[in-house]
Amino acid sequence: MNKKPIISFPHLGDYHIPIKFLLGHLTSYEVIEAPPITKKTIELGTKHSPDFVCVPFKYNLGNFIETLDAGANILIQAGGGCRYGYYPEVQEKILKDLGYNFELLTLGENGHVYLKHIYKMMKRINPKTNIFKSSYYGIMTILMVRFMDEIDKIIRKNIGFEKEKGSFTTLKKEMLDDFSSCKNIHSLIGAYHKYKKEFLMLPIDKPDNCLKVGIIGELYTSMEPFSSYFLERELASMNIEIKRFTNVTYLLFQKRLREKKMLKYIKDYCKYTLGADGMDNVYRTKYLIDNDYDGIIHIKPFGCTPEIGAIPIIKRVCDEGKIPIIYFSFDSQTSEIGIKTRLEAFYDMLKIKKGR
Amino acid sequence: MNNIKIGIPKALLYYKYSILWTAFFEKLGCTVVLSPDTNKDILEMGIRKSLDESCLAMKIYMGHVEYLMDKCDYVLVPRLKCLKKKEQLCTNFQALYDLTQNVFDKQILTYNVDLEKGFTEEKGFIAMGKRLGFSKVQALNAYNLAKLSEEKQKKKKAKERSVILKTTKKLKILLAGHPYNLYDDFIGKQIEAVLKNSDIEVFYSDVYQALDIDKEIEPISKSNYWTFNKEMIASIAYHEPLVDGIILITSFPCGPDSLSNEMILRNVHIPIINLIIDESDSNTGLITRIESFIDIIEERKKHE
Repeated sequence: MNKKPIISFPHLGDYHIPIKFLLGHLTSYEVIEAPPITKKTIELGTKHSPDFVCVPFKYNLGNFIETLDAGANILIQAGGGCRYGYYPEVQEKILKDLGYNFELLTLGENGHVYLKHIYKMMKRINPKTNIFKSSYYGIMTILMVRFMDEIDKIIRKNIGFEKEKGSFTTLKKEMLDDFSSCKNIHSLIGAYHKYKKEFLMLPIDKPDNCLKVGIIGELYTSMEPFSSYFLERELASMNIEIKRFTNVTYLLFQKRLREKKMLKYIKDYCKYTLGADGMDNVYRTKYLIDNDYDGIIHIKPFGCTPEIGAIPIIKRVCDEGKIPIIYFSFDSQTSEIGIKTRLEAFYDMLKIKKGR
Repeated sequence: MNNIKIGIPKALLYYKYSILWTAFFEKLGCTVVLSPDTNKDILEMGIRKSLDESCLAMKIYMGHVEYLMDKCDYVLVPRLKCLKKKEQLCTNFQALYDLTQNVFDKQILTYNVDLEKGFTEEKGFIAMGKRLGFSKVQALNAYNLAKLSEEKQKKKKAKERSVILKTTKKLKILLAGHPYNLYDDFIGKQIEAVLKNSDIEVFYSDVYQALDIDKEIEPISKSNYWTFNKEMIASIAYHEPLVDGIILITSFPCGPDSLSNEMILRNVHIPIINLIIDESDSNTGLITRIESFIDIIEERKKHE
């Protein structure tokens, strides 16, 4: 490649910040974020995607096209999980057929993400990388992701009840800026504790018996707010406490360790894992029932096979636990108004049920 | 303990394991009860028991299971996750047992194959035999014999077809897809009927003599990791220079196929058409598309 190398990657919620941080410290190449997701992104992605592929593929492809147009020529795709593992090869083929000239690197192979593979990839984009430097920044990035996820938990609990509108969002933005300018692990940990305190100090007006709702389902729609039409923001505006399980920390570190424990907890319903996060979501359903949540929202892209396999089981758990559940299936043409209407009806129902 | 009735749904993996399953249970002295070919009633029962978004093959499967529920002691529903190291199956097969168990809540007989965790097919069959009250030796014997006759029949079929492939003077079309789509009365059979009417020699992507799958798939897709899709891709790559056209059959909305079809369509360079079948039962559109596809191939052949 003769041109100056520019690295880019698709969006996933706020995680572009730690990814950019990591790449920025480990390579001398320029790193750019894909332009923020808009309606245009998903239109572009859909236009060039196979018909009934799941919607994250379309978002990722849209991100890639926009970032290639902005000058990127090295793309990074995660490539682990059910269909995600096969995304890279198909997307590379589609983009090359469109005439783009670039290189695509993946974080995994055969549908799994391996640390070894990630290191190999880092070596590829920067041969001068040594294992100590990459380990140091790797650990720092992992910590950053973990801290972000921890803070997000606090935010989800309280944002629906903030006294001053927008206070949580403003503070979060400040925190992310601070995080990405941290120089070493020590200052990162310091920043985390400082902001954790500040988040807990933000004035809220939260009744003891507020509505509590758990979000379960597929990972991309859970983590990328645009793809669920800002479901969490909508719930917060209805003064609901939100619990969401899926985040990067969970997927990378906790999922594999907890598998046996989860299967034991739901042994009345499942004997085996169901593929991707299917069994995890059955577990979460039971967890939410046992912890007195008021309702469950299940989200997934249209045609998400592992979730479709899990839903009949989730349905049964909900029937037996007598908890209301609503299912949303997102595609590129999902109507936003339709979602809002169904969500409002669900909210009314929860409120009436709680009032009794 | 005599005469246990085992129900086998004639859908999904039946078309891959029919010989192995029936031979195994018959060697053990059980009676095998098969559900009939897919018909309207079965499809409707299946649709009622499934989610809207489920793929057509799964809906059909649920119909077959429902049909068998009151006709046998056990229904066989396997749970397959990983048949080859570093590969996996569609998550439908991973969830199949738990899904059916939760929907029907009846006696279901299962075996688990997850090679990466050490659960081989042999272990699965022995455990299954034990659950039916047979000894380990009996089960292992039956499994080995069943496996032998499966291999023998597969080889015989593959040899027959490969002879025809080389000698026939007729137009040759490869029907490519998952076996449960190719041989289902509601999906592949109606397509096959149209082709046979036009005097075309039909080949199936699941019938081939020994192939080196990992090598064969390279021109079409290198990183595919779904065992069944890999077999299909390898077979397509193998047949590409030998046939006149390929019809790619998919049940809507198949997850793995949604991506691997894209690679097939972009990397195959002979006439190819992708037919996506859903549960609506009007097939006139389908027939028209097949007929025009045949016309194209015939014209092409004339000009060669």
